[in-house]
Amino acid sequence: MNHSLYLIILLPLLGFLLNGLLLGRLKKGFVSFIACASVGLSFVWGVKVFFELLAMPEGARAIQETLFTWIPAGQFQVDFSLLFDPLSSVMVLVVAGVSFIIHIYSIGYMHDDPGFGRYFTYLNLFVFAMLTLVLADNYLLMFVGWEGVGLCSYLLIGFWFEKKSASDAGKKAFIVNRIGDFGFLIGLFIIFWQVGSLNYADVFARAPEVFAVGGGVITAATLLLFLGATGKSAQIPLFVWLPDAMEGPTPVSALIHAATMVTAGVYMIARSNVLFMMAPTTLAVVAIVGLATALMAATIALAQNDIKRVLAYSTISQLGYMFAACGVAAFAAGIFHLMTHAFFKALLFLGSGSVIHAMAGQQDMRYMGGLKKQQPATFVTFFIATLAIAGIPGFSGFFSKDEILWKSFSSDFGSPILWAVGLFTAILTAFYMFRLVYLTFYGEGRMDNHTKAHLHESPKVMTVPLMVLAVLSVIGGYVGIPHVLGGSNRFEQFLHPVMTGLHGGADTSEHVLTSAGHSAGTELTLMIGSVVLILIAIYMAYYLYLKNIDLAGRIRNNLSGVHALLHGKYFVDEIYGALIIRPLINGSLFLWKIIDVFVIDGIANGLASIVGDISTGVRPVQTGTMRTYATMILAGAVVLIGYFIIR
Amino acid sequence: MIPIAHYLILGGLLFAIGAVGVIVSRNLIVMFMSIELMLNAANLAIIAFSRSLNLMDGHVFVFLIMAVAAAEAAVGLAIIIAIFRNRETINADKFNLLRR
Amino acid sequence: MLEVVIFYLSALIAIGGAVLMIAQRNPVASVLYLIVSLAAQAVLYIQLSALFVGALLIIVYAGAILVLFLFVIMLLNLRGEHFEGQDQKVGRITKYVLSGLFFIELVIIVRQLAIPARTDIVSAQTATDFGGVEPVAELLYTKYLFPFELTSVLLLVAVVGAVVMARREKSEKQGGV
Repeated sequence: MNHSLYLIILLPLLGFLLNGLLLGRLKKGFVSFIACASVGLSFVWGVKVFFELLAMPEGARAIQETLFTWIPAGQFQVDFSLLFDPLSSVMVLVVAGVSFIIHIYSIGYMHDDPGFGRYFTYLNLFVFAMLTLVLADNYLLMFVGWEGVGLCSYLLIGFWFEKKSASDAGKKAFIVNRIGDFGFLIGLFIIFWQVGSLNYADVFARAPEVFAVGGGVITAATLLLFLGATGKSAQIPLFVWLPDAMEGPTPVSALIHAATMVTAGVYMIARSNVLFMMAPTTLAVVAIVGLATALMAATIALAQNDIKRVLAYSTISQLGYMFAACGVAAFAAGIFHLMTHAFFKALLFLGSGSVIHAMAGQQDMRYMGGLKKQQPATFVTFFIATLAIAGIPGFSGFFSKDEILWKSFSSDFGSPILWAVGLFTAILTAFYMFRLVYLTFYGEGRMDNHTKAHLHESPKVMTVPLMVLAVLSVIGGYVGIPHVLGGSNRFEQFLHPVMTGLHGGADTSEHVLTSAGHSAGTELTLMIGSVVLILIAIYMAYYLYLKNIDLAGRIRNNLSGVHALLHGKYFVDEIYGALIIRPLINGSLFLWKIIDVFVIDGIANGLASIVGDISTGVRPVQTGTMRTYATMILAGAVVLIGYFIIR
Repeated sequence: MIPIAHYLILGGLLFAIGAVGVIVSRNLIVMFMSIELMLNAANLAIIAFSRSLNLMDGHVFVFLIMAVAAAEAAVGLAIIIAIFRNRETINADKFNLLRR
Repeated sequence: MLEVVIFYLSALIAIGGAVLMIAQRNPVASVLYLIVSLAAQAVLYIQLSALFVGALLIIVYAGAILVLFLFVIMLLNLRGEHFEGQDQKVGRITKYVLSGLFFIELVIIVRQLAIPARTDIVSAQTATDFGGVEPVAELLYTKYLFPFELTSVLLLVAVVGAVVMARREKSEKQGGV
């Protein structure tokens, strides 16, 4: 049966080509129509194929489509072929769906920007690259999409390139990502060297024969892959680019730096679960790095005043959660959280965009407040998203976050310590998110009078996407209601065929076993306990930032050292600057002044002047007149023929 | 009664004369005509061989060479006209722009 | 005997025409001498029983191509053009010597060639229509059809090229002719 998978990636590509090639010649309405329609149709087609996939028997849910052979080089062959299985279907629907909503929103948000056409061109290119990434059926094609989204990220962060901070942020993102990509590539080389193929199917099938469980090679390969993931998904130590990426337009932050691209690392690890399961050391590293990132970013978010920066650190923190889930071998939970996070974090960013739009570009929460009245639609949707991310029961974030916490407690790879750190982070999350909400929407307006007079609700084209996302943020979690609450966790079952790394189907029973080992009562207790703690955190935020704002100031002054540390983001940028960038600059200076100018240029110039002297000597031969040349040709013929005669 | 070698030597002589014309003359048109002469000298040799081997394929070659010569003449003369329009001369020695 | 006379006479005219062609100051005279030389060569073609190609040589070469040369010479009004500049004597002699050497080498090669000795090259043992229009045409349209068709493309390209090269530039036109 022909599913025409290629349409999913072809449509955004066509949109990109149309808008890009006719840049500046199309009317705004037409540009946005092409962009939105191409992504929308791609989403519709994705839904259609998704239902075709659901109609298949559970064990055989995978559609593979080879478009053409990309690199045929001896034994090394890479096809341009696509794979649509439960894991990539989830990613395609999330990516295309959220992209479509954000495209619509962007029409309103970017309406007065002179780079309107360029913006949508980049956005379509991004969707194309991201869908290629998730639909690829081999690592190399995935890497193509991986690089493609990196490029688009760079282009869109530096979208307002006339602003130096924006172009610097773009370069920073690109360079930091490059470090991760380097690791990813080396990881791929190792896999190819050992397995002889980069196809998912081949690699996963042959991995158990080729690699020893826990062996050095597989550990190195997976650690390098994880390095790639930390670059793309902003984990320690390569997270520094993401906060700066907020220089881009807000819908871009929502789409690329919250909902889709940054989750590529999580997707890649979930896709490679077979390999990661064979390297317990790597899994432990993933879990620890994930949770450390989650905790660190959450603490930084406590002390930020820029609304987008709070959300950026929140994104890093939530990505840390997903990695923690992967690290305890709960890949399905990670993808589950990825999906719900895509909904509510996109909503949070778009809501903040709506706020910034109304505030005429002001992003500092200290100058906001009381926006509840002027922006009711934005407020309600934003509040729903906040409840979701905080993990209030009934909202999507609750199910996915609780799944991760429970898995980190109960899984074979988990431990109560991991669980405790995760819970603490969840409490911090609730606290800083409600701090944000109270500072922005409640209380007195602290903006100047001019801005105050111009406060307004955003147009329909912006608020409707917010509402759609709000609905998704609520219901998105109901696909994965855990067993303990009477559900059957259909999401995990759906993904189960892809997670063959858990020793071929044994994991369901294993899961049941672990569930049995830790009784349902334990799970319920932990769940209730965490909800209560989160509610307390919300009350604290309420008390500190609404009821008694002086107290917050006093606490800040008393803990000025800690606050400076958090406000300065642990000075990671500065440490990197001193440890890496400064030596690099000094070393480069040495290479430039001594090696390059003296040695290399000396050799090159010397050779050039020798050649030049010889040339000057021979130059008179070139008279420039035709007849001389014709004579020389004849002379050459005479000599050659003479040679052949004499010989 | 006439050996083939005589035709070939005649062709060679015509070719050499053409070569002299190309390298001695300063007039672009005469140089060009000399090249035509050299082409025809080669044709003569081909016809002679064709007769000697009793194969008519040589005639076809000569036919094709003539077509090429016609094309060459059309383009070459057009170039000469363009040059003349630019430089007001067709003295080959005046065209030494390559030197600089 | 007649053949020998015809051969040597034609050869003499061909060589003489060629030499006179490059010796002329006046390009119009050069063209006329070239036509004479080609006519003599056509006689040799026919003597080699290449009737079709010989006729083509007269019709196409002398009749069309060289008339084109004449036309261009007239168009550019080159009659009075004086080619100033004097070659160095040494250079001039070198050129003649070089060409002479070239000719001698060709003769040596011809001498070394293992050509089957044919006393009577215009013998009757070949087909009577050797070199006629019909058999040559048959070859052209069967064995050599593809190169033949390619020739038409070549000619088309040449026509386009000639038009492009010889066309006046726009700015020139505006300058007023």
